[in-house]
Amino acid sequence: MIFLQLFITFSKIGIFNFGGGYAMISLIQDEVVNKHHWLTTTEFTDIIAISQSTPGPIGINAATYTGYTAVINAGYPEWAAVLSAIMTSLSILWLPFILMISISKILIRHKDSIVVHSIFGLLRPTVLGLILAAAIMLMSVENFGSPTKSTFVFIVSCTIFLLSFIGTRIYKIHPIIMILLCGLAGLIIY
Amino acid sequence: MGIYTDLFMTFSKIGSFTLGGGYAMVPVMEKEIVDKKQWLTQEEFVDILVVAQSTPGLFAIDMASHIGFKYKGVLGGIVGALGVAVPSIIIILLIALIFQSFKDNIYVEKFFMGIRPCVVALILSPCFRMAKTAKINIYNCWIPLVCAALISLFGVSPIWCIIIAGVAGYIYGHYLVQKQ
Repeated sequence: MIFLQLFITFSKIGIFNFGGGYAMISLIQDEVVNKHHWLTTTEFTDIIAISQSTPGPIGINAATYTGYTAVINAGYPEWAAVLSAIMTSLSILWLPFILMISISKILIRHKDSIVVHSIFGLLRPTVLGLILAAAIMLMSVENFGSPTKSTFVFIVSCTIFLLSFIGTRIYKIHPIIMILLCGLAGLIIY
Repeated sequence: MGIYTDLFMTFSKIGSFTLGGGYAMVPVMEKEIVDKKQWLTQEEFVDILVVAQSTPGLFAIDMASHIGFKYKGVLGGIVGALGVAVPSIIIILLIALIFQSFKDNIYVEKFFMGIRPCVVALILSPCFRMAKTAKINIYNCWIPLVCAALISLFGVSPIWCIIIAGVAGYIYGHYLVQKQ
């Protein structure tokens, strides 16, 4: 039953999601692409691209889109996919909400304690590792082409990758502009 | 306008006009909630910021639900969270429905072939800034590297990395407290 599985999976993703949308990409990828095979790597990458270029939190956008596509891929009609998209996005919200209202007073009281500092001192580098892992796993043959079988696509992809990295990191080009530029490059080159 | 409608509208406005999510919303929220609506004091807002940063869940949603909760209890919290989430859900659903009929189009595929490597770069790009906030130095740089290797090469679930880091941090902190 894919609806129940989506609900459980995204509730789990919600409660273990420290460090915002990008860290969540790694969690969604592990569950949805690697474990359950609801989406292919390319579908997932396209979903992230769209989530980055539309307003609102990336995490919510990605969850909505994943809930929709997973159910379409499983062969259900469109209305079921729409319901699933709504359910999936709400699934990531409810557990953190309950946790937050139950522990917020304690957290405010202990926000400067050694234990809290020590926990986050370790969680922050770990979250960074999660995001690195997401990027590494997306550097796949599906997204970049194969160096032997589709050399041209591979070379173009690596160039786009490097230029996007330099563009956003050094020249501070806005991510959405960068995405559009790369899409246009794809239209012209391929 | 009812209080809950006002809560919902305020957060949906913030949610649907902020690109890039999360931290980009903080100054907008502060202006709207503390200065304009005066639902919270500056100090309460900063406290909520700390809680939202240290509890799981999406930052923007955590902020909205906590502000709503502080202002109007559990229902206020739910309304606040939905305020941020609902516009996103609607926009994505519209895009998904439209994209569904175009996705096999050859030009759309070419467009996305160009975008995919860019997405990877966009995920990697904020890592350097995050490394600064996470205070990465030569003593702890092994943590993100080992964690990334475990997940991407050995298929370890990211959830386990989070659990281990949390528990280890707790034990270490507890030990430090006792030593003092």
